[in-house]
Amino acid sequence: MQQIIKWSRKNLFATRMNTLLSLVSLWLIYVTIDGVASWAFINASFLGADKASCIANPHGACWPFVTAKLNQFIYGNYPAGEQWRVNIVFALGALGLGLLMTGCISFKKQLAVLMLTAYPVLTFILLSGGLLGLSYVETNQWGGLLVTLVIAVTGIVVSLPLGILLALGRRSELPIIRMMSVVFIEFWRGVPLITVLFMASVMLPLFLPEGMNFDALLRCLIGVSLFASAYMAEVIRGGLQAIPKGQYEAGKSIGLSYWKSMRLIILPQALVISIPGIVNTFIGLFKDTTLVMIVGIFDLLGIISFHFTDPNWTSPQVPITGFVFAGLVFWVFCFAMSYYSKSVERRFSVTGENK
Amino acid sequence: MVSAFIGLVWWLIDNTVANLARQNVATGFGFLDNNTGFDINQKLIAYDETSSYLRLLLVGLLNTAIVSVLGILLATVIGFMVGLARLSDNWLVSKLAFIYVEIFRNLPLLIQILFWYVLLIELLPHPKKSFSLWEVFFLNNRGLYLPWFTTLPGGGYLLWVLGLFGAGWFYVAHKARKMRELTGHNKAYARNYILIGVICLGGYLSLWGVPFEADLPALKGFNFRGGLSFTPEFVALLVALSLYTASFIAEIVRAGVLSVSKGQFEAAKALGLPTSVSMNKVIIPQAMRVIIPPLTSQYLNLTKNSSLAAAIAYPELVSVFAGTALNQTGQAVEIIFITMSIYLFLSLLTSFLMNTYNARVALVEK
Amino acid sequence: MNFLKWPTIEFSKAGLLFTIVTFLLFPALSNVMPAKAEGTLELIKKRNVLTCGVTQGLPGFSAPDDKGRWHGIDADFCRAVAVAVLGDADAIKFVPLSAKVRFTALQSGEIDLLARNTTWTMHRDTALGIQFIGANYYDGQGFIVKKDIGVTSVRELDGASICANAGTTTELNVADYFRSNGMEYDISSFEKSEEAVAAYDAGRCDAYTTDQSGLYAQRQRLVDPDAHIVLNEVISKEPLSPAVRQGDDVWADIVRWVHYAMLNAEELGVNSQNIDSMKASPNPSIRRLLGVEGSFGESLGLDNDWATRVILKVGNYGESFDRNLGAGSELKIERGLNALWTQGGLQFAPPIR
Repeated sequence: MQQIIKWSRKNLFATRMNTLLSLVSLWLIYVTIDGVASWAFINASFLGADKASCIANPHGACWPFVTAKLNQFIYGNYPAGEQWRVNIVFALGALGLGLLMTGCISFKKQLAVLMLTAYPVLTFILLSGGLLGLSYVETNQWGGLLVTLVIAVTGIVVSLPLGILLALGRRSELPIIRMMSVVFIEFWRGVPLITVLFMASVMLPLFLPEGMNFDALLRCLIGVSLFASAYMAEVIRGGLQAIPKGQYEAGKSIGLSYWKSMRLIILPQALVISIPGIVNTFIGLFKDTTLVMIVGIFDLLGIISFHFTDPNWTSPQVPITGFVFAGLVFWVFCFAMSYYSKSVERRFSVTGENK
Repeated sequence: MVSAFIGLVWWLIDNTVANLARQNVATGFGFLDNNTGFDINQKLIAYDETSSYLRLLLVGLLNTAIVSVLGILLATVIGFMVGLARLSDNWLVSKLAFIYVEIFRNLPLLIQILFWYVLLIELLPHPKKSFSLWEVFFLNNRGLYLPWFTTLPGGGYLLWVLGLFGAGWFYVAHKARKMRELTGHNKAYARNYILIGVICLGGYLSLWGVPFEADLPALKGFNFRGGLSFTPEFVALLVALSLYTASFIAEIVRAGVLSVSKGQFEAAKALGLPTSVSMNKVIIPQAMRVIIPPLTSQYLNLTKNSSLAAAIAYPELVSVFAGTALNQTGQAVEIIFITMSIYLFLSLLTSFLMNTYNARVALVEK
Repeated sequence: MNFLKWPTIEFSKAGLLFTIVTFLLFPALSNVMPAKAEGTLELIKKRNVLTCGVTQGLPGFSAPDDKGRWHGIDADFCRAVAVAVLGDADAIKFVPLSAKVRFTALQSGEIDLLARNTTWTMHRDTALGIQFIGANYYDGQGFIVKKDIGVTSVRELDGASICANAGTTTELNVADYFRSNGMEYDISSFEKSEEAVAAYDAGRCDAYTTDQSGLYAQRQRLVDPDAHIVLNEVISKEPLSPAVRQGDDVWADIVRWVHYAMLNAEELGVNSQNIDSMKASPNPSIRRLLGVEGSFGESLGLDNDWATRVILKVGNYGESFDRNLGAGSELKIERGLNALWTQGGLQFAPPIR
């Protein structure tokens, strides 16, 4: 008790100004907690098969909407009998990421390569089907969290290597390569993602010869990936610039070729330096996946807002509940990523000092 | 490699032209002169159904500009407050700031925009039951209404003169400060400048009267008319953009302040400067060097992010031009081209200014 | 520093692997077709599926149910064309499109047929590279308002806030109507119809406007449908028509005559229930429709059973209307303008002969 008083004297009530600030903060906390609790729990409806119970509780969340539609929010219209395929993909992804992050295994490097190459291929075969006796599931039946994750993971898997190539290109000595990289990067960084998606969904078909066509989801994937690569390139370029000149010269002096010195000396260091930036780009990409909703792809946010107009569920609290639910899901993913990046940053900075 | 690239570009253009020609789709920029035939609900310059698509482009651009400028101002203020709060000695305040940053930074902006919009239109009352303050400020689910003024003949001219006068004051104040720094004398330039201005204004008003008229919002039929009004779409977009961007600015400000070496804090303390003065005069000016480059890129992000208004019917550039106009004319290629060019231009201009600034700061340092 | 030069031959293993993976995935997801100019009919027969552009969900016209099966008069029309061409009502891929991308999707060949309650206008017909085949629903633009604001006529909406769908003809008609009647209004135009409806329901607008059929359909989605009323007047002509790409007359003929066949069937009293007995009918018009006499299907590039299949699997125009919009549906819309010409309506099909 004594300690608490001492601590709060020092940290909360040191000066008159501080006392005032603390009181204002306490009031803010009270108001927020009170508002959130009464909306999410006290006044909320929890059970019900349609909108009746939500209309009866006009000042609280409508949770039955979320529980009733949860399956669609996760899988979209993916056929119920085939959803095990999605589950396998989710489980494999979670397992791989978990092993990579905990860092107590010896084959980490091989696993990382597998996750970047074999896993996407396996995912594609499992989700799309049409091979190995799996029935074909069209991408317009995919939806919800599945599509959000597919877009995010594709963006990540494609943008990292492409970003590295672009960053190297931007530092190349050949003016043509450098110029093309600069133009590419500045173009994609200069325009809003939403116009890129409009272009992908409205205009791309006009660029291609008659009869040649892409799947709508694939078009979005291309747009999102190219967009993310440009940002990735700039992050990695920052890492490359931070490598001292001596390292480049060292590579050259032992007679390594350009690619070998990049792969063995420069990139490993540059990538480690850029990890925080890379993860930030991933977080940005993950948040940006919501934009595909505007061009009519039913990602998590898209499918949630699509169900607002389900005649069985239309009620004033449904949209607010839906957005809060979507926000919670996205927040958990993004916060986890940023937490991970901070811990990595700390780990590397410590070992750096020890050396 | 290069020839392959040129070949690819040529192939795409060739396909597009062939596709459009084969199907007899109208092409070219001639449509910009045509009447739009539809109205929109926020326009800063005169616009109606008989205006041209070029005019519509301008209206959309101005709507993008106004929400971006106000958003930048708000986000900067909130961002600096939260960023400094994060460094506060007060445990509660710094934790609150931390929670703010972690919540808003990790939520997709689109969800935030939609959330604020739904909240506004669901929770605010119908115009007939508006919240009101002194019967001149009104808030309802059609918007926020403030008292404003209209200009009578001569009023517009007077506004211009007042604007120029205000700009002149900055110059005079700057000169006066330079003078003080140089000579140590406090010349009353600024005071005299204001005095002359007030006398001129008083003379004008007593001769010709006040060329302005109060314009108060009032309920007429279904909606409030008159005054200065902001639609719920505008308010939702502004709030979401500001709160979201502020969370990034807060982190930038924190990093900037932390980058100033500890010795500077201690030196300021040793001189006996109060915390507020040492913050304002010693720490922040040095931190600005680190803060400004990422801050500009946040400003640019905010401007680009305002395009998400397409989801809530705020008539800015993308939603009104790359949305409605594209749909009405069917000329996707030209319209997307124009829209992207505008954003690209803004972005390149910012990069250019930033590089110039960086070069100057670097020179000053060495 | 010349080692930084771009190498021409050497390529790292990872890069190679990445390229291979990309090239493996690329053709799998994209259905690349020969760039040779081929007729739409041959293309459809080759891939054995009809791609049909529909709405993202408008009850009565095209909306998916819980199991993802599409219903509505437009969805039925897509099925009818698939049945006529491929003989299978399920050889069809529905592509939900927003108002914005619908024309590009058709122009670019992403869809073979656009049946998305699209208004037939001169601008669209002449400048967008598409061709309308004939109204399958005659509509007019109307308004829906809350009952308690006491409005009974569009004329009383002076000064109102109006929610509409961006980039549709409704936006233009509202502007025309209010301007020509000297009335004031605020318009909020939303990208998607469900957003516009939700905003109207929340009280953002005093009225929501779209085609009158759409109003009846959207009313079901309001929190309390009975608290809203669709005003009687219409302010425009909205002939809603399926459309195809310009420049393929063979295909346009097929789609057009599927529509006419469904109309003729209703006029002749042929429906999915009585079609077997009707084959024996002595009426030469019926016999030509059902392919018992003449070779009209062959001249379309199909077989002579084409219309029989359509009527058997989808039904005649009246059946489709009744099931999706009329008395047999939740919308309970009167036939009105969409009655056959023999019943005082506008639906009139050229004879099959």
